[in-house]
Amino acid sequence: MSTIESIIIPKKELPSNFVKAGWGLVAVGVVLVIISYATDTHRALFNNLIGFAFLASVAVGALFFIALEYIAGAVWSTPFRRVTEFLASLLPLAIILAIPLLMNMHELFHWSHSDAVAADPILKHKEPYLNEQFFLIRFVVVLGAWLLFFYLFRRNSIKQDVDKDQKHTKNNITLSAIFIPFFAISVSLFAIDWLMSLEPHWFSTIFGIYYFTGTAICALAVTTFLVVSLSEKGYFFKGVNENHYYSFGALLFGLLSFWAYIAFSQFMLIWYANLPEENFWFIARWENGWEYISIAMVLLHFWVPYFMLLSRPSKMNVGNLKRSSLLLVFVHFLDLYWLVMPTYSKAPVFSYFELAFPLLTIGLILVVFSLQAKKYNMVPVGDPKLQRGIDFHL
Amino acid sequence: MDKKLYAVTALFKTPNDIIAAAKAVRDAGYTKFDVHTPYPVHGMDRAMGLKETKLGFVTLAAGILGAVGMISFASWVASVDYPQVIGGKPYWSWPAFVPVTYEIAVLSAVLLTVGAMITFFLKFPNNSHPLHDTRYMKAVSSDTFGIAIQADDSKFNEQEVNAFLKKLGGDVEPIYYTEEFLNFKPQMFEPKFILLLVGVALVAAGGGYFTWNKLLFMPPFDWMMEQPRVNAQSKSEFFADGFGMRPPVEGTVARGFIPYPYKATDRADSVGALLANPFLPTKKVLELGKQKYFTFCSPCHGNFGNGDSRLQGQFPNPPTLHSDKVRQWPDGAIFHVITVGQNVMPSYQYQITREERWAIVHYVRTLQRALNAKESDLQ
Repeated sequence: MSTIESIIIPKKELPSNFVKAGWGLVAVGVVLVIISYATDTHRALFNNLIGFAFLASVAVGALFFIALEYIAGAVWSTPFRRVTEFLASLLPLAIILAIPLLMNMHELFHWSHSDAVAADPILKHKEPYLNEQFFLIRFVVVLGAWLLFFYLFRRNSIKQDVDKDQKHTKNNITLSAIFIPFFAISVSLFAIDWLMSLEPHWFSTIFGIYYFTGTAICALAVTTFLVVSLSEKGYFFKGVNENHYYSFGALLFGLLSFWAYIAFSQFMLIWYANLPEENFWFIARWENGWEYISIAMVLLHFWVPYFMLLSRPSKMNVGNLKRSSLLLVFVHFLDLYWLVMPTYSKAPVFSYFELAFPLLTIGLILVVFSLQAKKYNMVPVGDPKLQRGIDFHL
Repeated sequence: MDKKLYAVTALFKTPNDIIAAAKAVRDAGYTKFDVHTPYPVHGMDRAMGLKETKLGFVTLAAGILGAVGMISFASWVASVDYPQVIGGKPYWSWPAFVPVTYEIAVLSAVLLTVGAMITFFLKFPNNSHPLHDTRYMKAVSSDTFGIAIQADDSKFNEQEVNAFLKKLGGDVEPIYYTEEFLNFKPQMFEPKFILLLVGVALVAAGGGYFTWNKLLFMPPFDWMMEQPRVNAQSKSEFFADGFGMRPPVEGTVARGFIPYPYKATDRADSVGALLANPFLPTKKVLELGKQKYFTFCSPCHGNFGNGDSRLQGQFPNPPTLHSDKVRQWPDGAIFHVITVGQNVMPSYQYQITREERWAIVHYVRTLQRALNAKESDLQ
């Protein structure tokens, strides 16, 4: 084992095509967003919601993985933790994406129409929770708290780069212990507020967990793709090998199986009881063309990546990991589209509207990552667990 | 006793030492050796030069077999062998098969993996291995790491191996065994083992009995017994009258029953105008009518409808059926009287079916015609 300093790559400019791709996507995305809003505000708002939910997924999912590493004492992820910290710094941008939505709640949420609520006993019953004021308060508290946790986690991590003091790790472990239960509740409320309340007559008690698993997979997939692609190009440290990659593949595999379990549980109970007050949500996603999206979800969110990541060698293969990660990011978009758009239209629609926000958000991820990589080390050089992470082998 | 050398063993103090020793033994070219550690040591497979196991393929095959087998079985049962309408759904409803299929896939994968491990990969437990009850084995079972190079290795030479292992820093000791020891065959039923089985059976049976027959009826474990639901044929707090059994809803009729819309207070001739005899007076209908007439009607009305029955004063005699009034009644009027009764005559609605009532009407008509025959009837 050589000294750390000789192995770690000092701060290095990211490859130019990476940065260019990021800015290019942001530019195209912004143009398409403007055109979308100018053409059909209603449709643009729904796509904005998908984009917001996606970016929030990546950011808060990354935050979750930071907390998870600290609380579990994991070493395999330590050399790459800075990647998740960079991704979590997307939180403020996600909040900005929410602003058009907060200004147009009447277009998105049926429960925000007071005349509809007055005429509907179910909406009246849910009114103490589903009202604009409380919704806004929850948004501020949840996103504000997430931002605060991000700021605290990151401050400790960056400080540790310089002073190499172990107390920062101890502080972050304590912070994780507080964050994780708060995250469990807050991510569920986030999902219920922004995604489930689009159909205010419907409810699913597993919905928060459903969104959480999609979030975890998406954040991990983005992290995996960045780690694998950049380490191929010589970033992080010398000697990144299949041992370091394996855990990413294994965790992705486990999480996507977990997603399938939760998604099927949600479906099966409603299918089995076949109650009209619950099954309409799934029936809407099985008619007028939505059935193809539903089938695509089952295949692309579970079966295909499952067999792609089943065998041991597959989880250590660079090309396979990149392909699986990209597939899982795409399918998280598809998941959000499937959750949100049936409220917008009876049949699936696809046009530049639906491309605007995906392009914009992917571009934002790359841009923010490249800007952060200029400012901070890509490896947490002061972390006491770093050596063990670099030496990690199965 | 003829003692044979089984292996030369060496004990080491730390995981790093044992990894180094394994690598050295591997690199020296020995193949018949084994490493014993109190817990799995990371990287030992590679240090020993072991090839990757094929056990994973067994697990995959077993899992796929289990899944395919289960879904086929469930599909056959649900659609061919014992189709049932459950929850109004089609016989073959795949979402219901998913949890079972998944569980059986996992179960078969696990069972076959363990089975393959024990039988094929690990070649069965061995009750008389030379390493049993040795100081070496006791040490490696608790806090020391050991390596044993077997005497039947092609490169084996006792002095060489001794020196080699001592140089690596190990605490060296040879292990011997006797033929008699190797040939020892344990009995099938050891007393201690039987006692264990009996003990387990008693605990399981006793615990099971207590749990399901006693414990679940004791508070607080009986919490599932008081449920806010109405049990069949029991009293209920849910309904105001305290009955769990509810009368059928107003207007309920039995399957296949068609309610008769006219009441007993309706006049026969007005109802008769509304009903029409759906049957033609065929031979079959008339024979049915004759048979039913003799069974139900003749006791009061007499064999020929004259009202001269064998009751003879014990019961008021009905008026004759050959009066002008009855002869002029439409068929439906007679049907109505049979159905709802009239004066002393009870309703025969529940004893005689509709078809039979209409047949009786036809027979009464033939009786009437017989007693008032015209010349033209004889032609």
